[in-house]
Amino acid sequence: MQSDTSERVRPGGAAAAAAASAPAAAYHERPGPEGSLVETRAFSLWYGATQALFDITFDIHKGLVTALIGPSGCGKSTLLRCFNRMNDLIDGVRFAGEMRLAGRGIYAAGTDVIALRKRMGMVFQKPNPFPMSLFENVVYPLRVDGVRDRRILEDAVERALRGAALWEEAKDRLQENALGLSGGQQQRLCIARAIASDPEVLLMDEPCSALDPIATARIEELIDELRGRYTIVIVTHNMQQASRVSDNTAFMYLGRLIEYGETRTIFTTPKLKQTSDYVTGRFG
Amino acid sequence: MSATETTGGGRTGGHWRRHRATDITARGEPFLWMLGGGLAFGVAMIVGFLVLVLWNGLAAFYPGPIALVQLTSGDTFAGEPVRSEPFEPPESEVATLSDALRAEIADNAGMAVRTLYRIGNFDLYGEDFRWVPDHAVASITYPPDYYHVERLEWGPFIGRILRVNFDGLEVAGDAVSATALHEQHGAARERWRRLRSIVKGGIGEINREIEGARLDLRRAALRHGVGAPEYAEVKRELDATLAGLEREYATLAAEAARLKALDERFTITFVDGAGSETSERLSSVVRMFPANDLGLGGKLGVYLSRWGEFVGDEPREANTEGGVLPAIFGTAAMTLLLVVFVAPFGVITALYLREYARQGRLVSIVRVSVNNLAGVPSIVYGVFGLGFFAYIVGANIDTFLFAERLPSPTFGTGGLLWASLTLALLTVPVVIVATEEALAAVPRSMREGSLACGASKWQTIRRVVLPRAMPGVLTGLILAMARGAGEVAPLMLVGVVKLAPELPIDGVFPFLHLERSFMHLGFHIYDVGFQSRNSEAGKPMVFVTTLLLIALIALMNAGAIIVRNRLKRRYAVGHF
Ligand SMILES: Nc1ncnc2c1ncn2[C@@H]1O[C@H](COP(=O)(O)OP(=O)(O)OP(=O)(O)O)[C@@H](O)[C@H]1O
Ligand SMILES: [Mg+2]
Repeated sequence: MQSDTSERVRPGGAAAAAAASAPAAAYHERPGPEGSLVETRAFSLWYGATQALFDITFDIHKGLVTALIGPSGCGKSTLLRCFNRMNDLIDGVRFAGEMRLAGRGIYAAGTDVIALRKRMGMVFQKPNPFPMSLFENVVYPLRVDGVRDRRILEDAVERALRGAALWEEAKDRLQENALGLSGGQQQRLCIARAIASDPEVLLMDEPCSALDPIATARIEELIDELRGRYTIVIVTHNMQQASRVSDNTAFMYLGRLIEYGETRTIFTTPKLKQTSDYVTGRFG
Repeated sequence: MSATETTGGGRTGGHWRRHRATDITARGEPFLWMLGGGLAFGVAMIVGFLVLVLWNGLAAFYPGPIALVQLTSGDTFAGEPVRSEPFEPPESEVATLSDALRAEIADNAGMAVRTLYRIGNFDLYGEDFRWVPDHAVASITYPPDYYHVERLEWGPFIGRILRVNFDGLEVAGDAVSATALHEQHGAARERWRRLRSIVKGGIGEINREIEGARLDLRRAALRHGVGAPEYAEVKRELDATLAGLEREYATLAAEAARLKALDERFTITFVDGAGSETSERLSSVVRMFPANDLGLGGKLGVYLSRWGEFVGDEPREANTEGGVLPAIFGTAAMTLLLVVFVAPFGVITALYLREYARQGRLVSIVRVSVNNLAGVPSIVYGVFGLGFFAYIVGANIDTFLFAERLPSPTFGTGGLLWASLTLALLTVPVVIVATEEALAAVPRSMREGSLACGASKWQTIRRVVLPRAMPGVLTGLILAMARGAGEVAPLMLVGVVKLAPELPIDGVFPFLHLERSFMHLGFHIYDVGFQSRNSEAGKPMVFVTTLLLIALIALMNAGAIIVRNRLKRRYAVGHF
């Protein structure tokens, strides 16, 4: 691993930091070989009258695994759901600031939300397979995209299920109802569904919170395999997991981004005391 | 529940507080008993009702014995005892009785017992039933040669066979062999059926073609004018067709006349208990059996043959006898059409209200209105259906599509289509409410999963939300179906009739005749039980028809429930 941990402050971040009363965030992340893919600039979000995100500015680098950590309720899921505009579904959500996917504004007027979501696969905190067969679950993104060719669908199913480490268990029961799977299998099925249509970005919200150690290990293996091909953002409460799988880690607290940097540094020598308190478990 | 369950805090004043034993109000058992009692009461009432209907309905067709009753006055009559009850004989009657009987009645506080006999023979006496005080009866015998005879007209006859006349060959009643009688009766019934099929089928078909040709001519006249060459062309064709049809008609009519003449030569003469005779064509006897001379097998045979006629034949005798096939058919067809109309209408409305409309005051008002619609008396829907569907929509359809048939209405009057649509309106609130609830119960995570895959809102609804909500939608449809199939009041205005000449579905193009009026089991119950000349005679029919209606609804619901449970199993939440 090359290291570029010199302290930098991004122009946008500096502006935002200057505008807000909050202390400036610390940035020392490792840039990806192909630059940034998702750029967030001074992004704030309100659920009705309560503000959930404050002035977030950071870049997610292409081909890398980025972990979002922070105490419960600090806004990790909210931020993750902003990337593919899932928060549009909630009444009374307002936001300010900017988000870009490969340079194009995610919230810009005239954005095709459906096309945007097709570029991003999402794995939810709780497995949410559809009440259909395993096969139909996995090919769902292709079906809604209008793919009819049986061979393409079958190839996609095998590829996605192998990718999600479910192929061996599932290959003989593709026509069975997905709700008959165990929780861990369902979660891997949802991962297979998320990668079936080859999205550029994979958003994972605590994908392992309901899984046993073996399934967790499998999913971590999977993330490792996908590294480089996909850009992955993973929310996790598990510090070991974050340190094992991610390249960069963002620490959030009370809706703010506190520190964003290379994972090894965050977990060994973080720049800010708040971060070190949290990762070492001394946090109030 | 343990007796040491805590009801308050732990430590008070430095001492462990004693825990009270859970008392009975805390356990809530009295309430449980009350609720259970209420439930048991409700269930008992429903079960009682079902048992009543089932027992009376199933027993209605079982042949009873025929009693030959000798009265003290010297009169004799034959009849089937129906039931006995205590009554208070009038003073004038009591005064004529013997001292012993008078004393007995006085002992019973002026009450005596009377028995209702079904004497039949309406053609002779003008009544089917007769009450006889038990003290007026001298003797009762059960003679084996007395027959219960079901006829095409005048209801049953109860009496002996005096003689038969098989095409000039006269045989006395006690000399005719049972097999010969059976054979001849079968042949006569076959003849009668042939005759009916010629009159209803062949000649009816010709009449329909003549009517069709006449309508073609009328249409040509309306379109081109009477003087136009097209009209003359059509008229020439019509004349040719008519001539052909005329010839066919003559052949059929001759055949019918021949059969009829043959039929006249087979007669049977009965004599009743009092000695009055009546002659019938053998073919007009539907069924006859010596009730007192039948073993269990024979009685079961009669029972089953009556059931067969009931579910498979047309009604006769102003609906009090015969079958209810057209009514079964009408009820089923109407209910299925109702579902066909109400399902898309209700589901689309609910989808819009729940998924697309902005949830605000307007939607709330619409929702409350829909719920209130369920409380509008059904007869109001009937009036609306007649006024709007038949007289406005139907009349317009007639002017544009069936102008040649005017002034006799085609769609401009009650019919299957309008009846189903009226009931669809009546039941749509149920479907909307059930569907909305089912949609609301689809977990948000499933919608989000679908949207995150890049599905549009419509794709999400169609592929994930609707299938998942389907069991709930089906529950709504089942409720709507049950309500619709049992509804009678509005139907009397929009298409149900006492006796429909034709079934709404037959082999004539376009097979499903939505404009036709039809018969309905619910209306049949009302008609037979409360509108016929003799409600006592219709009583068994009421029970049997009720039984059938309940069975039909149960059957249709069972079908829907099976489908729903299949779906439910499919969407049952798996283990986590
Ligand atoms: N739909 C909503 N409406 C209103 N407030 C919300 C909504 N969703 C989240 N919030 C609030 O936003 C804040 C951030 O929530 P979020 O779900 O992003 O937390 P999180 O970091 O994912 O927590 P956890 O680790 O427990 O999942 C919380 O205070 C929460 O109460
Ligand atoms: Mg969360």
